Amino acid sequence: MDTTFKHTSVETSTGPVASEPTTLGTDLEQEVGETVGDAFVDDPRMKARNVDVFYADKQAIHNVSLDIGRNEVLSMIGPSGCGKSTFLRSINRMNDTIDICKVTGSITLDGEDIYDRSMDVVSLRARVGMVFQKPNPFPKSIYDNIAYGPRIHGLVERRAELDEVVETSLRKAGLWEEVKDRLDQPATGLSGGQQQRLCIARTIAISPEVILMDEPCSALDPIATARIEELIAELSENYTIAIVTHSMQQAARVSDRTAYFHLGKLIEVGATDKIFTSPDHKLTEDYITGRFG
Amino acid sequence: MDRLQLDKHTSKSFNEELEAARKNLMQMGGVVEQQVREAIKALIEADSDLAAKVIAKDERVNDAEVSLDEECVRILARRHPAAGDLRFVIAVTRTVSDLERIGDHASRIANHAINLAESGEAPRGYVEIRHIGERVSRMVQNALNAFARLEVDTALAVLHEDEAVDLEYASAMRELITHMMEDPRTISRTLDVIWSLRSLERVGDLANNIAQHVVYLVEGKDVRHNSAEEVEAAVRD
Repeated sequence: MDTTFKHTSVETSTGPVASEPTTLGTDLEQEVGETVGDAFVDDPRMKARNVDVFYADKQAIHNVSLDIGRNEVLSMIGPSGCGKSTFLRSINRMNDTIDICKVTGSITLDGEDIYDRSMDVVSLRARVGMVFQKPNPFPKSIYDNIAYGPRIHGLVERRAELDEVVETSLRKAGLWEEVKDRLDQPATGLSGGQQQRLCIARTIAISPEVILMDEPCSALDPIATARIEELIAELSENYTIAIVTHSMQQAARVSDRTAYFHLGKLIEVGATDKIFTSPDHKLTEDYITGRFG
Repeated sequence: MDRLQLDKHTSKSFNEELEAARKNLMQMGGVVEQQVREAIKALIEADSDLAAKVIAKDERVNDAEVSLDEECVRILARRHPAAGDLRFVIAVTRTVSDLERIGDHASRIANHAINLAESGEAPRGYVEIRHIGERVSRMVQNALNAFARLEVDTALAVLHEDEAVDLEYASAMRELITHMMEDPRTISRTLDVIWSLRSLERVGDLANNIAQHVVYLVEGKDVRHNSAEEVEAAVRD
């Protein structure tokens, strides 16, 4: 293994020669080949096969095949523009909202093709919930934020049931104790970390099978981040979670498996322990050790 | 583990990983401590069976070293520990390697015990072995206790004890060398005793290292290559 020191930070480069930082694009074409590692699992909840994503004539994702296992936390990492968010958004058809975006290949949820004509996008997004980078509570009360989903999806009939869904969801998101006395107050009055946990509670309220998270902690301070990360660990007992993060430390802390994307290609997937202690692909190693990205 | 609050992280799994490392280290320490005591007993009582058991335990100790190191590497790679957590992981990896070497010395003593048991007749030096062996075993035990309870005072006592052991070792050596010169027929047997004493002295040094890791863990001060007095002064500072 090549262990020369070529960190992006020249100060931490303690090798014999502080050489030029490796830049994107050098000799990459021959280095990027088939995906390395275990892209497939025994008990997949979602399966992506040969997925290509185009924005008009520009290809953003190249032939990605990847499973998301039942009750696992899968993290997707890679430098900006590597396609990790695009891939995440194609898992619950968020890309449908972009006219020029085209997805080919197949993505299935419990064996059902999510891009099939018969698939109802609204119910798909109820089954595959999403939490975004910036907390985006509705300008409504805390209670109504959680109750909104179950109401429009017709999941509950009586007020008492709704109360119960609101309480359980807030409890699961670790927010109940902090807000139980002010459920009627506007959600926008909560702190950033609380708002993000509210958004997670809102996602849980409609009992999704899969929760997608797109950099859910990038707008939060370290304490709030630690609470969300702990929440992810707790939720993984009941839900399948895929998280995109530009903090590889976060990927290392929260996930069971890690997928490394580079220039729209899935370079390596494997157990997080393995990826962060002895990755097989040089590009993965270069990225997680700060050689580029 | 109160002082470092290793069980107070928001992440429960991080708490569990640190606790598991601590527990496994203490288990490994328990096996090694027993190895040392049994090796000394086997030598003094000319018990080859017991000596063979000591040697057999070495595999278990080696396995524990590898698996604890893996645990620590995993924690470093995934948790990026800082401050007390970081010192804890570093102290564990260092202690693991010292414990493994203590285990190797116990096996060596057990091998000498087998040689001596086969040669019959008790040579000189058993009194010294018993005496230094007792002190060194207690040092290993106290160093591990200091680690388990994060007690700097216990660690300091180990450091002082090591200096006393070094003096006793030097005087035992002089006596045994004189004995060999007086009666060259005993050289082969006396050498087994000398090598055993040498191993015991090394075990004392390694227990000393573990005590220094405890000072580093609790106080954040690197006190390697310092005398017991210097360490004490640095701690009281």
